[in-house]
Amino acid sequence: MSSIAQKSGGLAKESEPGDDKPFQYHVFETEHDEEEHGHDTGTMLGFWIYLMSDCLIFGILFAVHAVLGQNYAAGPSPADLFEIEMILVSTAMLLFSSITYGFAVIAMQNDDKQGLVRWLLVTGGFGLAFLGLELYEFYHLWHLGATPMASAFLSSFYVLVGTHGLHVTAGCIWLAVLLSQVGMHGLTHENRRRIMCLSLFWHFLDLIWIGVFSFVYLTGVLI
Amino acid sequence: MSAHDNDAHGSYKSYLIGFGLSVVLTLIPFGLVIGEFEMSLPWAVGIIFGLGAIQILVHVHYFLHVTFRAENGWQFMSLVFTATLLFIVLAGSVWVMFHLNENMMPSHDQIERVRNLP
Repeated sequence: MSSIAQKSGGLAKESEPGDDKPFQYHVFETEHDEEEHGHDTGTMLGFWIYLMSDCLIFGILFAVHAVLGQNYAAGPSPADLFEIEMILVSTAMLLFSSITYGFAVIAMQNDDKQGLVRWLLVTGGFGLAFLGLELYEFYHLWHLGATPMASAFLSSFYVLVGTHGLHVTAGCIWLAVLLSQVGMHGLTHENRRRIMCLSLFWHFLDLIWIGVFSFVYLTGVLI
Repeated sequence: MSAHDNDAHGSYKSYLIGFGLSVVLTLIPFGLVIGEFEMSLPWAVGIIFGLGAIQILVHVHYFLHVTFRAENGWQFMSLVFTATLLFIVLAGSVWVMFHLNENMMPSHDQIERVRNLP
């Protein structure tokens, strides 16, 4: 009996010497919500709070760009540099990758491992396409002499967009690791939880990109 | 059970609705800039920012599945807290950094103007 009490968090009521009642154990079991996969360890909430802290990093970088974004130092301005059509294509890549990740999650809920792997691969493909376009853009800008050293505007531009790109890179690496995990162990409880965490991460990066294209690119070109 | 699942992690329908709304909300501001519509700058920036804000809400609802009840409300609470911090950081930075010269010494021009008063 006492070992059970210790296992369940030591919530046993101690017996008093004069008490002739038998030992009373109050065992409180945390409610297991079987309907929600992956929520029972608190990992999802913890990961969500990580994302919120990440959101603050991006918020501060947006604030830096708002302050420095018009200091061209006699260098090129956004209207000289940015090709909006190409940004539209990379925005589309990220938006497509968001919906295909959604389909991957639905496939996982239907215990469809093949479908999950297929949709995750498509998502990774769109993610890599986005990264390729971004690297090409950076290479192109660098070639024009628009380096981070050229002006405060370009410094904050490279830091903000580069930080987002690093996040997408990390997401792609995570996706590759997850695919091998699913391949080795199948749709285990842990893998489902990981897939839901990466789902949050991936959609969150798309959300940050909305801010980037609205604020850095579209508004930058207009002003 | 299935209704709850759809609520928590989305269904084909909700993902497609979110995707469709996002496409529209992305194409309008891009079309505005690429098409070079005749429009005053404050209006254009206002439309781009407004649609961007709506699209962020669409993503939060249809893709991130934030609800008032998820995680006993802590998910929503932390989101509101973060949004508040972001507002303070962004609005505060812009407000302070664009008013740095507010109470500084008058410029040379102003001194000359005062000196030449009849």
